[in-house]
Amino acid sequence: MHVGIIFLLVIIGSILFHIFTPWYWTDIASNWGGMDSTITLTFWVGGGVFVAVCLFMIYCVFKYEHKEDRRAEYKPEDKKLEKILTWATTLGVCALLAPGLIIWNQYVNVPKNALEVDVMAWQWGWQYRLPGADGKLGTTQVRNIADNNPFGINPDDPFGKDDVMIESDVINLENNRPVKILLRSVDVLHNWYVPQFRSKMDAVPGTVTFYWFEPNKVGEYEVLCAEYCGVGHYAMRGGVEVQDKADYEVWLSEQETFEQLSARYEKLNVDGNKLAKK
Amino acid sequence: MSDEYDNNKSYQAQSSEVLDGSAGSINPDMDYVRPAEIPEQDLYHAHSFIEKWIFCQDAKVIGVQYFLTAVFTGIVGLILSWLMRLQLGFPELAGFMTAEHYYQFVTMHGMIMVVYFLTALFLGGFGNYLIPLMVGARDMVFPYVNMLSFWMFFVAVAVLMASFFVPGGPTGAGWTLYPPQTILEGTPGSGMGILLMLISLSLFVIGFTMGGLNYMITILQARTRGMTLMRMPLTVWGIFTATVLAMLAFPALLVSAIMMTLDKVLQTSFFMPTILKAGEVLEYGGGSPILFQHLFWFFGHPEVYIVALPAFGIVSDLISVHARKNIFGYRMMVWAIVGIGGLSFFVWAHHMYVSGMNPWFGFFFATTTLIIAVPTAMKVYNWILTLWRGNIRINTVMLWCLGFIVTFVNGGITGIFLGNVSVDVPLSDTYFVIAHFHMVMGIAPLMVIMGAVYHWFPLVAGKMLHEGLGKWHFWITFLGAYSIYFPMHYLGFIGVPRRYFEMYDSPYMTSAVGMNEFISIAAFIVGAAQFILVFNIIKTLKTGKKAEQNPWKANSLEWYTSTVPPEHGNFGERLPVVHRWPYDFSVPGAKDDFIPQTTAPSEVAHTEVEKT
Repeated sequence: MHVGIIFLLVIIGSILFHIFTPWYWTDIASNWGGMDSTITLTFWVGGGVFVAVCLFMIYCVFKYEHKEDRRAEYKPEDKKLEKILTWATTLGVCALLAPGLIIWNQYVNVPKNALEVDVMAWQWGWQYRLPGADGKLGTTQVRNIADNNPFGINPDDPFGKDDVMIESDVINLENNRPVKILLRSVDVLHNWYVPQFRSKMDAVPGTVTFYWFEPNKVGEYEVLCAEYCGVGHYAMRGGVEVQDKADYEVWLSEQETFEQLSARYEKLNVDGNKLAKK
Repeated sequence: MSDEYDNNKSYQAQSSEVLDGSAGSINPDMDYVRPAEIPEQDLYHAHSFIEKWIFCQDAKVIGVQYFLTAVFTGIVGLILSWLMRLQLGFPELAGFMTAEHYYQFVTMHGMIMVVYFLTALFLGGFGNYLIPLMVGARDMVFPYVNMLSFWMFFVAVAVLMASFFVPGGPTGAGWTLYPPQTILEGTPGSGMGILLMLISLSLFVIGFTMGGLNYMITILQARTRGMTLMRMPLTVWGIFTATVLAMLAFPALLVSAIMMTLDKVLQTSFFMPTILKAGEVLEYGGGSPILFQHLFWFFGHPEVYIVALPAFGIVSDLISVHARKNIFGYRMMVWAIVGIGGLSFFVWAHHMYVSGMNPWFGFFFATTTLIIAVPTAMKVYNWILTLWRGNIRINTVMLWCLGFIVTFVNGGITGIFLGNVSVDVPLSDTYFVIAHFHMVMGIAPLMVIMGAVYHWFPLVAGKMLHEGLGKWHFWITFLGAYSIYFPMHYLGFIGVPRRYFEMYDSPYMTSAVGMNEFISIAAFIVGAAQFILVFNIIKTLKTGKKAEQNPWKANSLEWYTSTVPPEHGNFGERLPVVHRWPYDFSVPGAKDDFIPQTTAPSEVAHTEVEKT
């Protein structure tokens, strides 16, 4: 008797916990509301199945507890019941899979007007690069990385000259404008993750990966590394500041291009050489 | 058989009894069972203490050896989890622990629990003990290889434990061992630690292959007369399918371990692209880190089922015996086990939705993953339908089974979240994943292991474990484990990433502090509660009540041995002959509420038993 009651309390407790939990997802700040709705849908369908199965189990525990003078039913199979359950489950699974795949289709197809952002990761930090006036990022190579070329841009690539370098772990994004995050890493796996944007993808050394989102809430957000990358993993934080167009333009105009940075280093070098000669 | 048996008499008595029973109005052909096709195997009987208890060729002793070694690693894994929870819940008390330590504990905990504890326990432990007994064989078909299998496992464990004591400590690369970080500085134990881990895994695979071939061939070739495949207990089906999976999946782990060893020692570049470390370009180039992930999960996902399928099988048998009812839909259960096993080789990349592989794979792997939910759900329905209209003994064994159903369904449902590609995007690499896989392949299989220990202990030791202690053990473990992992899902919803040594004061993560403290306290209690079982076993061995033969009134062959506990050779002079499936419980018209597998049809001709 008490066994069934305790199991029943566990199920009721689970439901109450879900209703009253103070721990739930952060306010969404991107276009991926569809992910949240699919989670909610899965919660209702899956949670319903969980509760139903457990309640049925508890019912059996109450109703069919062992009695010496009773015998269990002898019925090895029930083809019809098994068929009904198989098809009902298949239907339920399809109902969950369909929205999942539809949203994944949106996730892998990046809108044409998305702004490309190069996110470069290393142990343990982030830096960012935006395309210049030509709208295209220059190609890169790990071997090119040096003080005067922090992103490893190929010096011969004309598209690279006007790229905007942001040697900071915080990047600003324009509100309501889709961004395509291009991820790369110079050493190990990392993952550029902002919980409020819901989206993520690993940065893999040796290749460039991508995902996209459209920020839709002005504010500051913390970037977390979501793929284990060694002992500094937990401390590998960064930031995103989502701004309105006007503020964003002001910020953008204050950033340095690759050309400007190269020139600065050249001047430093010349000055350095002069100093050395003196 | 050997000349050591002298109970010819009892055999003759038995067979004449059968003949008498079949005389008269009953057709004598109805008891016909095809004769054996191959002669019986010769057993090597132990002659000394060492041959009997150490380098032993008896599968039952090897099973116990596997069990005890696996439990030892499990206790190490448990202590590591305590240390992790201390850091997460009460970092001010864990001042001695650096981030390096924390990641080493995380890694070793994961690897130990999945491979050295669960896999070795289910297949090496229960597999060795139960397969020959349940299919009616005298032993495994290759007893010597079987002995080598255990000792190879033992060496693998020794190498693994040795890595705690080498310079730099054990590897802290996470149990998934993703390169490049695994073998680069910046990850703890990237020197000797990772090498020992890779060597230990390779030894484990070699040892396991020797055991696995034994399990498969014994089940296929050494079943006793009348034991058709569709009369095998589901325990055997689960272990058999899991072994086939292991034979196909472990090679992927072995080659990836070898390739990574070469990357580490000889600077090959299987998994290593061009890498810039501390301003220097390393001597690697052109390798693919994602290739490793494919190999790892081609092993890693079937590995989940290598643990789960034996658990499915065992729990089916426990529920059926203690509900005094046949397992509902036996054939469906068998096909579900085989189907899940087959499908498990086509879902591996659902661990890699956000790994940077070609995103179009997502459609395929989400679909295959959710298809697997259908046979799995059928199994759950059949378990609860077995309870339905049963005559359920609410004893310790049944409690563990009920606990299994609750935790397994819970973890199965959250698997549908993570398998459904776009839902996985926000949840992957968060505590939701931790909660999911601990519920479904940590706690749920553990519930089955415990149920199985209470169920088969009278067979192994000849004594009954104490029920009261068993119930305390169950309730603390079940309620405690549930309150660890159920709330943990919600940390994942917040977005708290896994493998974080410290949370810092991110605004949305600080709310998790209270919950982390609660989870840690629950973890300490649940861990400590496991020692109730240790106490119970010691107490029972010393002063416990002697078990009668077949105390649960089960039908399967392991309860019908010549002695309890069974001796070497298992079944006395003559192997049993099987006439039916092991689930003839509560047959209308029968005298008792169970009909053993060895009962001939003519003896129960007056009952409404169905032909199986």
